[in-house]
Amino acid sequence: MKTRVAIFVLLIVALLVTACQPGAAGGGTIKIAILAPLSGPVPTFGVSTRDGALLAIEEANAKGGVLGKKIEAIVADSQCTPDPAVNAMNKVIEQDKVHYVVGEVCSKASIPISEIAEKNKVVMISPTSTNPTVTLNADGSTKKYVFRACFIDPFQGTVMAKFALSKGYKTAFILFDQGNDYVRGLAEFFEKAFTENGGQIVGKETYTAQDTDFSAILTKVAESKAEVLFVPDYYNIVNLVGAQAKEKGVTAVMMGGDGWDSADLDKNAANGGFFSNHYSPEDTRPIVQQWVANYQKKYNSVPDALATLGYDATNLLIAAIEKAGVDDPTKVAEAMEKLEYEAVSGKVTFDAQHNPIKSAVVLAVKDGKVSFAASVAP
Amino acid sequence: MNSSKAVPSTPSFLDFLVRRKILGLLLLILILLLVLWKLGSELVTNPTLFLQQVINGLQLGFVYALIALGYTMVYGIVRLINFAHGDVFMVGAFMSYYAIARVQLHTWPAKVFPNLSPGLSIGIGSITVILLSMAICALVAITIERVAYKPLRNAPRISALITAIGVSFFLEYFGALNFVFSPNFITYKRPFDVTTWMVSAQGVQALQKGQAIPEKTVIFSNISIIIVVVSILLLVVLQYIVGKTKIGKAMRAVAYDKQTARLMGINVDSVISVTFAIGAALAGAAGMLYAIAFPQVFFWMGIIPGLKAFVAAVLGGIGSIPGALVGALIMGQAEVLSAAYISTPMRDAIAFTILIIVLLVRPTGIFGEAQREKA
Repeated sequence: MKTRVAIFVLLIVALLVTACQPGAAGGGTIKIAILAPLSGPVPTFGVSTRDGALLAIEEANAKGGVLGKKIEAIVADSQCTPDPAVNAMNKVIEQDKVHYVVGEVCSKASIPISEIAEKNKVVMISPTSTNPTVTLNADGSTKKYVFRACFIDPFQGTVMAKFALSKGYKTAFILFDQGNDYVRGLAEFFEKAFTENGGQIVGKETYTAQDTDFSAILTKVAESKAEVLFVPDYYNIVNLVGAQAKEKGVTAVMMGGDGWDSADLDKNAANGGFFSNHYSPEDTRPIVQQWVANYQKKYNSVPDALATLGYDATNLLIAAIEKAGVDDPTKVAEAMEKLEYEAVSGKVTFDAQHNPIKSAVVLAVKDGKVSFAASVAP
Repeated sequence: MNSSKAVPSTPSFLDFLVRRKILGLLLLILILLLVLWKLGSELVTNPTLFLQQVINGLQLGFVYALIALGYTMVYGIVRLINFAHGDVFMVGAFMSYYAIARVQLHTWPAKVFPNLSPGLSIGIGSITVILLSMAICALVAITIERVAYKPLRNAPRISALITAIGVSFFLEYFGALNFVFSPNFITYKRPFDVTTWMVSAQGVQALQKGQAIPEKTVIFSNISIIIVVVSILLLVVLQYIVGKTKIGKAMRAVAYDKQTARLMGINVDSVISVTFAIGAALAGAAGMLYAIAFPQVFFWMGIIPGLKAFVAAVLGGIGSIPGALVGALIMGQAEVLSAAYISTPMRDAIAFTILIIVLLVRPTGIFGEAQREKA
């Protein structure tokens, strides 16, 4: 009996030693951890993000790595949930000794792990978390080590205002849900950019998320003769508004944000409309076409926005390490702040809050299809 | 010792007002005047826009009326507020969705009689769909009544009420399952295309696609017409059934006095079943009309219209069929006109405030009769 216990203990010790070995012998590589929700509520987001990030690392290694060292990817499942994300973050920092993290996808998981990154002086870049507090401390100051690769929501309002004006539209009617921060943010920024650049807001109406009857509001829209109807809500509201707008004689062009981006968008109701998004595989810029081709070769599918942002986030991190010239997170964070990088989703620089300044794409809904319409610079 | 307490203190002026319902009446008159002044000024400044909003309100009001009738009929007979009624309405909307989008039932006349004119053939097809969803809703309601309410007929009224809420939750969350209706927002496919007409001094013309509405023109669509016409038709049929047929007489008898009706040889159970079935059939029709007007179906779509229709029924006087119609039309106008002229987010608050004020003045609703005390 005693010998058995002894053997068992020995085995465990042996296992632990071997498990720790790569960590101890990892001096020759630079490790990047990828925290993605591979299980939990949004596993498809996680898989896309991971695939994009891994492709970026693979390409970098094919070119000889960074600072003369190969990059080692460490993938951890963070489940889009605070607790598992914190556990995964602690594991990659303490056990794998990584200095650089790409993740998380969801804001609610990115916020707690950004605190850990800040405390441990680990550079973190979230590919897709749009909540402002991911990169901001409670007192409003910027987290030194935390960045994001996507634009924050309200920026889309600015983009759509510029796009509407570039199309020659001068008057707009805004329809928004007062109780939804995402929708309200887009509406506010749209109004600001539209009026500052010579447009006129001829009407503004609010509704609640449970409303289905938009007849009274849409009658007012038709009466106002606005050229643009800005509805930055999710696709379900857009479907209802669009279907009733046609019936009430509204001739305005509908516009919105990435909340429209769904397979369930009623292409008939939203026909003739435009919405902003992070990326489109139909974008004609060579870097986009190169990325789509490479991704298709490796994974046999067209990359979605998440894969693209995962790829961009990883490349931004690698570029910052390259620019810093040393494997030192503090130096890398400083280099990232001054980085200028041509990413797939646009040319990126960072603002004081570590949000990227980059272009967005505008997609058109026409004859049952969603297609690329324009790329709008900030 | 307690005698000093027993003597009522001199009633304050406020007490007097409340007791005499004068406060409620004053409030009602004040608000009515304010509303009339506001609406009147809007009517003068832009009569066509005002008329347009009234048309929007009518469309909504008639759909509420169909749902409200189900509440009021069931309440009139079994004194039960059937909270599952809004979800039966949801089932009706989904049934017509499946019939149109999956089975293409609305195209059967075109397949069987290819010589029919397209308008007539789609018309007959759509009527088939609405009859089908009415029939399915009636079956669902009879099942609910037999399984959930009948065993509780002699239980305290609160038990039946709680059961009704339970049935409502069951229909919603059973519908939300992936293999039933799924928890998604589903775009409803209208069986016909929307046509909009303009009415102006020049007469009636069709509004072309992408054409802006000219000045001094009121527009209305085939959807508004269909909703109003179908609703009125169903109301006339209902009025006939309740007023002129044998089963209608039996229903009135059961509503008046269940025990005596039973003694007179009326099969009370089957009368109650028929009442549930008729109410649910109207909800099924309302479900399809609502989905045509606001083309999206999902498993929670019955809650808000159900609640509004319930309020309409109470406003009109629960148990009264003309009351349900009047209450629903008031609700529709209140909602649309407050969204148009006062504040969109406040529309529900305003509609429900009207209910509170009317109940302060007339606790039985506009057409309601004072409750008879049963011996």
